[in-house]
Amino acid sequence: MIETTELTKRYGDKVAVDHLTMSVPSGQVTGFLGPNGAGKSTTMRMILDLDAPSSGSAKVNGRRYRDIRFPLHEVGSLLEAKSIHPARSARGHLQWLADSNRISRKRVDEVLELVGLSAVAKKRAGGFSLGMGQRLGIAAAMLGDPQTLLLDEPVNGLDPEGIVWVRSFLRSLASEGRTVLVSSHLMSEMALTADYLIVIGAGRLISQGSVNDVVANSSSSHVLVRSPDGTRLANLLTANGAEITNDVDNALRVRKVDITRIGQLAADNAIVLHELSPQAASLEQAFMELTHDLGEYQTDPIASPPSPSTSTDGGAN
Amino acid sequence: MGPITVLWANIRAEWVKLRSVRSTLWALAITIAITVALSALFASTRVSRWDRMSLAEQVRFEPIGFSLNGIFLSQLAIGVLGVLVMTSEFATGQIRATFAATPSRGTVLLAKIGVFAVVGLVIGEISSFTAFFVGQAILSSKHSASISDPGALRSVLGGGLYLAGIGVFGLGLGVILRRTAGAIAVLVASVMILPQLVELLPSPWNDDISKYLPSPAGQAMFHITSNRPSLSAGVGLLVFLAYAVGACLIGWLLLRTRDA
Repeated sequence: MIETTELTKRYGDKVAVDHLTMSVPSGQVTGFLGPNGAGKSTTMRMILDLDAPSSGSAKVNGRRYRDIRFPLHEVGSLLEAKSIHPARSARGHLQWLADSNRISRKRVDEVLELVGLSAVAKKRAGGFSLGMGQRLGIAAAMLGDPQTLLLDEPVNGLDPEGIVWVRSFLRSLASEGRTVLVSSHLMSEMALTADYLIVIGAGRLISQGSVNDVVANSSSSHVLVRSPDGTRLANLLTANGAEITNDVDNALRVRKVDITRIGQLAADNAIVLHELSPQAASLEQAFMELTHDLGEYQTDPIASPPSPSTSTDGGAN
Repeated sequence: MGPITVLWANIRAEWVKLRSVRSTLWALAITIAITVALSALFASTRVSRWDRMSLAEQVRFEPIGFSLNGIFLSQLAIGVLGVLVMTSEFATGQIRATFAATPSRGTVLLAKIGVFAVVGLVIGEISSFTAFFVGQAILSSKHSASISDPGALRSVLGGGLYLAGIGVFGLGLGVILRRTAGAIAVLVASVMILPQLVELLPSPWNDDISKYLPSPAGQAMFHITSNRPSLSAGVGLLVFLAYAVGACLIGWLLLRTRDA
């Protein structure tokens, strides 16, 4: 269980993380989402006590990170920037980490095997490809066989093979019942691996909940209705509080009125329906929507009214 | 499982860190090589020049400190290594892995200083003793000293301690400044350039200030006679150690609160 309470980080005038209160549920994979610069990495560094919060607090399993004597047994972490001395071998890197937390040398060989780096264990880490470096980082995170893992953008910059490997690794962690907080700016990636989502933008919490909840609450979720008598149906639905957008192909996209209610209204008024189907938003759409709102929110109110092109910039960079 | 357990685990980790990078071994080997090679070089030139020296010069010649003069250059090798032991962690981002593994930053720093001080002392004493015996062997045809001469053992031990101290001073500067180039610049400036600059001040300020600077204070440990006013060996040791410990203490205070 990872919890933050009113966690805030300021750099001068800039607020990187803004009173962020969130809790990462145990035993599942939680996707930590937000556009680049939203404050994901800063939040993770504060959870690990690498950066000091300006105010607020973060706790892992009910304790501050700094109060854990040998943290690698409880929390494994992979940070975005490489944290490996390039002149040291893969085994050398894992060995000093293991020694610092009284982890056996045998475990070093085990994690090298786990990530498939046994053959290059004696090679300098500086000569590793991005994918191999990421595997070494994951080996380091797994060294103490921790129940909780914090992974910052683990697939960033990886080739397809590396992405597939990280993805299957995340799934195996989930199946073992570990608590995983994995940050990403890629929604599609999270759709494949996460059970729970925490979405932040400009350092603030935008949404948290199960993947299904976040998708369902998105206004991109709607009911698609096709009818030869579209205009009459549209008027009827609008009168009953629906929000409707018209498609080019005469389909109605209906929000705010339940699908059974739409069917009932059509039957009561003898309107023929050709199609009546629920359209769940993709995670990608839900995310775009959330961060698009953020973009508008970010626009300086004193400046001239935002044009559509400026509001999609995200502003959080 | 008290804090001592954590410290001991980190001492082991820092020892692995130190020996698993090849450049460390090079810097240590270079420290020994420079100290010994310069001692041999100075001694040979002195022997070949001996008969042309005036009697006064021959009387003033002090072979013990003379054989340790290579330390003026080799201090740079071990000092730079001390800087790098710390700044390489910041430069590569490894510091985040280090602090994520051990959140107690004071413990990490203490382990790092401890391991490096011991390694520095061993390498320093090897350099110093080898330089002494090689130098005296070459000087033996003219005017040499024995390790049992008054002050000889103290000087040679002091030479090794000086090298270890400069290494720890460099490490402390590395913690404070975090950047390799900046820390090396300050190291070179404080042990090599500053004494020269102070020398330009009007007398007696130059002598009064100079002897308290890190390198003249440290060198008081292994220079038996000096043509300049200097501190006694004991006071020199204390002043010199104060610089090394002081740099580490300031570094620790900054390290505690700074973001990694």
